[in-house]
Amino acid sequence: MSFHCVVLVKQVPDTGNITGKAMKDDGTVNRAALPAILNPEDLNALEMALQVKDQYGGRVTVLTMGPPRAAEVLREALYRGADRVILLTDRNTAGSDTLATSYALKCAVERIVKDLGAYDLVLCGRQAIDGDTAQVGPQVAEKLDLPQITYAESIESLQDGEIVVRRALPLGVETVKCSLPCLLTVVGSANHPRPPSARRMMAYKLAAVPHEYSTLLEQWPEFETEEMLDRYLAERDQKISVWSAADVGADYGRVGLAGSPTKVLKVHSVVLEASGSKEFEASPEGVAALVQELVEDYLF
Amino acid sequence: MEKKREVWVFVEQESGEIAPVSLELLGKAQGLAAHLDGRVCAVLLGHGVADLSEKAFHHGAELVLLAEHPELETYRTLPYARVVIELVRARQPYIFLLGASPIGRDLAPRIASAVSAGLTADCTDLRIGDFERLGQHYTDLLYQIRPAFGGNIIATIVNPEMHPQMATVREGVMKLGRPEETRHGVVERIEPHFNSRELVLQVLKREMRLPGVNLKNASVIVAGGMGVGSKENFALIHELAAVLGGEVAGSRAAVDAGFVSAEHQVGQTGVTVRPRLYIACGISGAVQHRAGMDQSSNIIAINTDPNAPIFQIAHYKIVGDLRKVIPQMIRAYRGNGE
Repeated sequence: MSFHCVVLVKQVPDTGNITGKAMKDDGTVNRAALPAILNPEDLNALEMALQVKDQYGGRVTVLTMGPPRAAEVLREALYRGADRVILLTDRNTAGSDTLATSYALKCAVERIVKDLGAYDLVLCGRQAIDGDTAQVGPQVAEKLDLPQITYAESIESLQDGEIVVRRALPLGVETVKCSLPCLLTVVGSANHPRPPSARRMMAYKLAAVPHEYSTLLEQWPEFETEEMLDRYLAERDQKISVWSAADVGADYGRVGLAGSPTKVLKVHSVVLEASGSKEFEASPEGVAALVQELVEDYLF
Repeated sequence: MEKKREVWVFVEQESGEIAPVSLELLGKAQGLAAHLDGRVCAVLLGHGVADLSEKAFHHGAELVLLAEHPELETYRTLPYARVVIELVRARQPYIFLLGASPIGRDLAPRIASAVSAGLTADCTDLRIGDFERLGQHYTDLLYQIRPAFGGNIIATIVNPEMHPQMATVREGVMKLGRPEETRHGVVERIEPHFNSRELVLQVLKREMRLPGVNLKNASVIVAGGMGVGSKENFALIHELAAVLGGEVAGSRAAVDAGFVSAEHQVGQTGVTVRPRLYIACGISGAVQHRAGMDQSSNIIAINTDPNAPIFQIAHYKIVGDLRKVIPQMIRAYRGNGE
């Protein structure tokens, strides 16, 4: 019994760690200055897939849609145990809302089936820390015509054709049984993702996408041309596959801004404004004065 | 006669009770429908839930689309999606609102995907307005307003071309209106049909707690953030709340760190509160937290960082260590009785 898991991951700006460095003078956030990370709950999803592979055997294919630099998160996946990683990148997908994103991902997953065989499970994080919508998982499930299990915290049992999952909901726990294939959106409490393994980091130290070759050649002068490097990587299965929208048969009218029913009318930055507050000293006297005032105002 | 534009609200129910967020959305839908000269329809699924229609009418629905079936007794994605998607395709509502609860967040995207509708999650405001793009002018669109990018921007989103315009809203964001017990409406029964593909998932076990904390109705809230430092220190928050007769709350960071449980979370991804008095202890005041409490009538902030953003909205400010200030506050409060 072995399982093919497809994991959908996203590279996101680290919105949880906005420091002074990322703030512009006008009080707004400079997105480009934020470090990029693999979306935390997607890492939990990857870990869940890797645990399935550890326990039952099989393989893990990881897919991301993003700009070329998203190859970084695919390397992170390789270092942790992914067998095959794929970058879906295409300028035409820029500006995609969740509907357009889920359409492009669906096309790519269908190509994965053609190239690599059928999957048993699709996993992704419950939500991304930049959009915070939690919509892409269920929308991909709908497009692939798969049952979906959101808030997945643990796989209680897995056998041919059937899975039992414990869901962690804000107010309690639900355990469900479902046929395979299905899609899981995984919550952060599911597991502690394993760190990259040194052995795999060494094994995949050259794993790259073609747009990174020129930089790599500077570091590894033993490769004289990009073609040589490309051949070397291909022979060792180290090439990160790169697919465009056309490669996955996506209709250009359904990706990017064109395929996004939601349009941003306007955006305004939240600028912190100074306003008055009455200050009290952090001392017994100061606090007593505050309490006195609150009591007099019937607030205490 | 042209068909009236319909504002739909998915009415979530469990164990014979309508979820508060659905009632709040019915009230909001009334306001939106008034702008549009439209009507409010409640979409109610379940088994043995017909009598909940009355409550939907009291809170603003004119029509209840009711689908009852044993397979709908407990929420499951596929049977619910099947019924709702068919209804949306058949009746083409103009706007469709759902609560941003676990059920709403599971169901809304599935529906939006099936009917190629735009969906905006966790809206903090909804309005009707116009939109201009590429020479096209659209009127009476739903403005879906929400913080984005970690709360550092406020975005207004519209769906000019695809309907229904869908949005989810968290509990407590829209005010719960007073029910008008004299309001009545029409119930239209839908006969659901399912095939075996939609019934592949079984719920084996479901253990839900009742929310033990009622932050929305609290008039005094004492909240702790990362600055509290530990679960042990959080006892100070509990103590001050007990002394003042208030409720305990926490920021998302405090919840994630395990200082306090998730049902105490206040903020954009927690609950929105409007107490008479909100005491923020060791809370920096990130926009996402402020979104959940900035309508409090009186805000006291205690933080060691004089530049903490929370001070921008605090009415009373103490720059100091809560581990000293809270005991001082309790002592001063108790001392006042003398």
